[in-house]
Amino acid sequence: MRAVLRTFGELSITLGSIMLLFCAYLLWGTGAYTERHQVLLQQQLAQEATSPVRGDGKLDSIELGRALAMIRIPKLGVDYKYAIVEGVDAEHLRQGPGHYPGTALPGEIGNFVVSGHRTTYSAPFNRIGELRPGDEVIIDARQARYTYRVTSSKIVYPTQLDVIEPVPEQPGKRARHALLTLSTCHPEYSARQRLIVYGVLDRTHERRT
Amino acid sequence: MYGFIWRRLPGGVALKLGATLVLLGVLTALLWYVVFPWAEPLVPLDRVTVGP
Repeated sequence: MRAVLRTFGELSITLGSIMLLFCAYLLWGTGAYTERHQVLLQQQLAQEATSPVRGDGKLDSIELGRALAMIRIPKLGVDYKYAIVEGVDAEHLRQGPGHYPGTALPGEIGNFVVSGHRTTYSAPFNRIGELRPGDEVIIDARQARYTYRVTSSKIVYPTQLDVIEPVPEQPGKRARHALLTLSTCHPEYSARQRLIVYGVLDRTHERRT
Repeated sequence: MYGFIWRRLPGGVALKLGATLVLLGVLTALLWYVVFPWAEPLVPLDRVTVGP
């Protein structure tokens, strides 16, 4: 009897330790993966900036998994920058903030939608809840720097699909402005709701090539 | 369980301790690099997109 109890106790302690280690992995271990891929994605962007892609220069057919642009949010620190990857499947979001395929591209009329992790995988969107109306979100795309200004933020349920519409929350309406939508999970460490931050294009600074 | 493993380890206390550390290291690495990456998508944590 005593041996059984002792073994049970030991197994429980072991299981508990493994769970703790798993939490540590989620919070810090996953970040290593993101950082590795961010280096590659940012290299990809830098290379394309010096040797522009041939063609008509349009961005309308971006392969999933390719680097799309850099996102900078001055409010979250001068060093705050991530390469945005095309795609929002788990494999893409592990590498950094992901752009919803099919939504507008940076600077385009419509809704440029980007999702990012809040607590795992480097947690790029951990602090987007701190953004207030007027704060800048800078998107450095290949051809230009687009500066968006935050207009509002809200918390929705994950079933509310209309936040990614060309005009958010007004399905079917034709877009007339270049809008930005950031999304992440809410509350932190949860999958229950989503935190949404809206913005509108404020100015465009063309790059000389 | 741990008593049983300890008794099965060869050598004196020093060798047993060393072997324990190596075993722990191997186990941790296996968890960290193989089991956890596999288990991570199964945990409903940090879902960031909207969808039906």
